[in-house]
Parts: sequence; C-alpha cells; structure tokens
Amino acid sequence: MSRSHVAEGLLPAEGDVPGSGDQPVLVVENLSVSFATPDGRVQAVRDVSFSVDGEEVLGIVGESGSGKSVTMMAVMGLLPKTATVTGSVRFRGQEILGLPEKELRRHRGNHVAMVFQDPLTSLNPVFTIGNQIAEAIRVHHDVSRREAMAKAVTLLELVGIANAGQRAHEYPHQFSGGMRQRAMIAMSISNDPDLLIADEPTTALDVTIQAQILEVLERAQAAVHSAIVLITHDLGVVAGMADRVLVMYAGRAVELGAVDDVFLHPRHPYTLGLLESLPRLDDDGQERLTPITGSPPSLLHPPAGCTFHPRCRFVRPMCGEVVPELRFVGGLGQRSACHYAEELQAVDQGRG
Amino acid sequence: MTTVPEDGLAAMGPEAAGTDGPRPVLSVRNLVKHFPVHSGEVIRRRVGDIHAVCGVSFDLFQGETLGLVGESGSGKSTIARCVLRLHEPTAGSVRFGDIDLLAQNRKQMRRLRRELQIVFQDPYASLDPRMTVDDIVGEPFRIHGLKDNVEAETRELLRLVGLNPEHGNRYPHEFSGGQRQRIGIARALALEPKVIVLDEPVSALDVSIQAGVVNLLEDLQERLGVAYLFVAHDLSVVRHICDRVAVMYLGRIMETGTRDDIYKRPSHPYTQALLSAVPLPDPVAERGRVRIVLKGDPPSTVAPPSGCRFRTRCWKAQDICAEEEPALVDRGQGHPSACHFAEVEEVV
Repeated sequence: MSRSHVAEGLLPAEGDVPGSGDQPVLVVENLSVSFATPDGRVQAVRDVSFSVDGEEVLGIVGESGSGKSVTMMAVMGLLPKTATVTGSVRFRGQEILGLPEKELRRHRGNHVAMVFQDPLTSLNPVFTIGNQIAEAIRVHHDVSRREAMAKAVTLLELVGIANAGQRAHEYPHQFSGGMRQRAMIAMSISNDPDLLIADEPTTALDVTIQAQILEVLERAQAAVHSAIVLITHDLGVVAGMADRVLVMYAGRAVELGAVDDVFLHPRHPYTLGLLESLPRLDDDGQERLTPITGSPPSLLHPPAGCTFHPRCRFVRPMCGEVVPELRFVGGLGQRSACHYAEELQAVDQGRG
Repeated sequence: MTTVPEDGLAAMGPEAAGTDGPRPVLSVRNLVKHFPVHSGEVIRRRVGDIHAVCGVSFDLFQGETLGLVGESGSGKSTIARCVLRLHEPTAGSVRFGDIDLLAQNRKQMRRLRRELQIVFQDPYASLDPRMTVDDIVGEPFRIHGLKDNVEAETRELLRLVGLNPEHGNRYPHEFSGGQRQRIGIARALALEPKVIVLDEPVSALDVSIQAGVVNLLEDLQERLGVAYLFVAHDLSVVRHICDRVAVMYLGRIMETGTRDDIYKRPSHPYTQALLSAVPLPDPVAERGRVRIVLKGDPPSTVAPPSGCRFRTRCWKAQDICAEEEPALVDRGQGHPSACHFAEVEEVV
C-alpha cells in the first residue's frame, strides 16, 4: 500500500462556512483513491476536499460509482490493501492516513463509528445483540461485563427497542431489518463517537421503516452530540436530514453547500440534472421527466477536463480541456466545480 | 382463509360497475396465493402458510397504467407473477378478455403469453449473458414460430426503445443498467402484447437513468396502446406514471382510486402514513412537513392479524378493527378504502 501525505497541520483547518468558530471534526484534503485492476487503474476518488463541523450533518449524494462510499471508507481506514490512497484525512487535527492498524483501530472505536446499509452482514450471527454491543463497549472501556451489558440495554432502549432487557439476549436473525438497523445504531454510539458515518443506512428498508430509522438516527446524534456523515443516493433523505450536502460524480466533488442553497439554487449542471430527473411525490405527474443524457463514464478512462462534460447540456470547448476547481460561487459557502456555474442563476427562475 | 368478501369490484375500474362500459383487458377477482412453510431439515412438515395475497380484485383497461404499490411483504410482486401464472394462484380468477387464464393448459398458456408479457426488476439477472442482444430480442419470434423477418423486426424494436440497432451483436454485459432494462422492454414488446406487467422496472436504476426509462414506457404506451400493470414501491414514480393506483398491505388492497384520489385525497391511515414517510427532495418543504411515523414492523404474513390487517400499527384502531375486516368500499370519500374510519386527509 503506498500512501503519501501532504504536509499536515501547517495551516489551521478552515471550515466551509465562514464565521463558524468550531474547529471541524474531520478535514479531508485532496483525497484520491485508486485501485489496480487487471484492466488498469480505476480512479474511484479524485482530489476530494471537504470538512465536517462538530454536530453537523453532512450529506454525501451521488449515484453508483460516484465514489461516495469509497471516500468514507478511506476516512475509516477500511480500504483493502490494493487501494492507493493519497491526500490527507485529519481527524481533530490528527492525520489518519498511514497510521498503523493498531492505532487506526483505536481511532475507529473511540472517535468514529459506522452504520452500514445491510445490518445483517455487519452483525455477528452467533452472538446475541446485547453481547455484541457490550463487547464493543469493553474493547474501548475498562468496565465489567455486567456494566457493559447494562449500558447495552440502555442504548437499545434509546434506539426504541421495546423490552430491551429481554431482546438484548436475542440473536440478529430474530430481529427484523428495521430492528437490526436500530441495534447497529445503538452499537455505533456505544463509545460516544465524535463522528458517525452512515452509509445508505435506510436503503434496504421500506419507507415507513426508513422514517423510523431516520428519527432514531437524529435521537442518537442528540444523545452523543456527534457529527454525522450521511451517504445516500436519496435526495429526499438528504433534504430532510442534512445541514450541508456534498454532491459527487464519477469520483469528484462537483458541488458543496448548505442544503437549501444546493437544492433550491444548484450551481452545477449535474446537481440540476439530478433534481430535474427525479419524479416528485408532491408533483402532479403531468410533466415529463428530464433525464440526463448518456451514462456515467468509465472510471478506468475518465474523460479529460470536467468528468460531466460528455453529458452536460451547457458544455463548451473549455470543459473538455480544463478540470474545473471546486470554487466558491456566492451564497454562504456554496461551491461548484463548473466553469460556468454563475450562468446557472438564469435557470433558477425557470424552476418552480 | 379462503373465503373473502367480494368487495371493491364496482369501484376498481372507471366504469366497471356498468356492464356497458369498456371491458377490461385483464380482470382479477378474489385472487389468493398461499406459500407453504415447512419445518425441519430432514423430516419436512408443513407448519403453516405464508398468506401472500388474500383476496385481491382489480381490473386493468386498455392503454392505462394501474399501479400496485406497497412495501415488502404486501404481495404486489406475487400478484404480478400470478397474473402470468408464473405462480399458480391458490384461489380466485384471472381473466384476459373472455379467456379464463387459470383454465388454460401449458400449451394454451404459452400461446397466450404473446399477449401478456413481463419486465423484471433486475436487468442483470433477467437477460441471458451468453446470448447477443439480437438473439434475446428475437427469441420471442422464434419461440412462437414467427420466423419471417426476425432480423428486421429486431432492429426496429431496438430503435423503438432507443438503442442503436448496430449494437445488436453485442452481449448484455456490454450495456449499462438502463440500456439493459431497455433490452428487456424490447423483448417484452416483440410480440405486441396487450398487457405488460412491469415488476419494479426502474428500481435498480440510478435516478438520472431511471427518468429515461420512465419516459420510454410512457411513449410506448401512447404509441402502442398497451396496458401496464406497474408494480413498485417508489410512490413518486407511481404518481408520475400511473392512471390508477391500488395500495397494498399484507396481501390486501387497502385503498384504491385514481392517481389524484390516492395522492390528493388519501383516506386510509396506511396510505397517509406511507405518503407522509416519503422524503421530498426539497429542504424547505421537508422542514414544514408533519410526518406520521408508524410504530413497529409489519406483522407476519404467516399469521396476519384478525380484522383489519393494519390495526396493529394504526393510531385510529378501535375494538371493531380487531373484530371485523373492513370492506374495500366508498364511505363517502369518493373512492374505495378498507378502513372503518376512512377520512380524507391531505398529507403530501
């Protein structure tokens, strides 16, 4: 595994929103991840930078292959050895990339926790739910089995599992999908993490169960005062949960800003395209949808210049040549990686 | 449970009540499907039944789209498969025009499948990886012995679904998910069916791709007059594409009506909860919304609750809900709803 780091800690970490005094929990700078495959090098994440402030919810949205999950796997140090990671990931000022496994483990347990899409594969089938949560507590705290179990039951109560004392002695297969996801959330907050990474936490669930789980996630966040990075392809979930949103496309960050700015005044053609292609529940259904033409590019041979230019309806010659930077485009900290972002103002008027 | 009330028939189709209105192309009555549950590994005993579909009736008219929506375990996909007899229904009737589909033998059924086609959710699993696209789309012609001009027909079909006919000699793996779904649609269209069952046709696709396939389905319907039975869990897509909607829960239709009936005037608590649970891609609208969050999980389909199936999660539940199963009838809200306390409330 080859890992290089940019000089760390030379500059004070800057928040995205000017004037927010908090030091960010997480600062990711120029993160790139690539995988060697028999067909060549897959560039899963390219030059992504963002930060997460304390107690904020940052949504990362993108379609399959956008690099949203790989980005956060890199932050957790969970990528396989075949991955080449460059750039910098600082957690409360400490560089994470290149840390030995032992220290990474401490970092993961004490400061960052993760909730995955499929709780059945992330829970151990041969241990009871209570045991697994208690175990997670005991790895990082010097407490007795009994104390750990008592805390596990309290946590299960917090996430809304009825008869928690009894159900703690049941196995994962005895829980429904929604219950398992609650148990995962209970486990993830068991060590008071500063950052909770939720990777498609409700994608496998029905919509009425999703509503429950999102509520539980908010309750869990309030209990431990953590920040959340919410990875999802569902723009609705982000609109309801997140404070800020990062839009990714083909491994690059294309837009970043407060949810209201990005959803109501998108400044990147891809974000605009996503919003227009989505059928809406509150829409009469009379108007035709506007798909984005073409399909996402191959990550083996991404297009030159802006990765979105082959599908972009505003494309101009420069787009195929120069990679646009994620730059400030007005608003409070709204950024877009489009050469012609300002021209999207004209589109705002056309959108209801 | 094999006897079910004959309810909701009158209101299922726009003019189904009158005998002189348009006749449905597909007519389902009191459809029941149970799957046996076995215990043990060595000595297998039947210990119960999964009550997947419990007395469902609806009509589908030419050129329209009827949406079957519901969460996992609601029985919507089982219905889709029963209609084509990919599952053998336990009871009930399925009529295609004047033909009783359940009375047909294998050979007759095979002929009828020219008229009734299905598109599956997963475009990766439903196309044979060792066949070229030309072979996949042309196969229906060969199966049904319509061998003239297969090549020209195939090219025309590929053009119709927005694919380049020059790519017909390629294999499915060379196409993206959205393109594969178009291949599946081309195959379903090959024999000019009257009815296409679409089982979650866009659920596996990314949103930017999904929109193109939805538009394609709408265009094809307009051009060919085909009727769609659209099975989906995504309520936003259903609102966009369907003319009429049936909301399902644990094998029963809870509420049914036109698109506007369901989305603008939902009257069943389950429909209201379902609609209010869908997050809108609009942060301002989201902040202003009151969300109905249901308690608990759906009950087991092996032993569904007595009376109303939704009562265990319903905030309106009274004693009567456990005793008497509410009929799917109009209680003054303008469309059939299977709730003793049906009341229109706008939630979107």
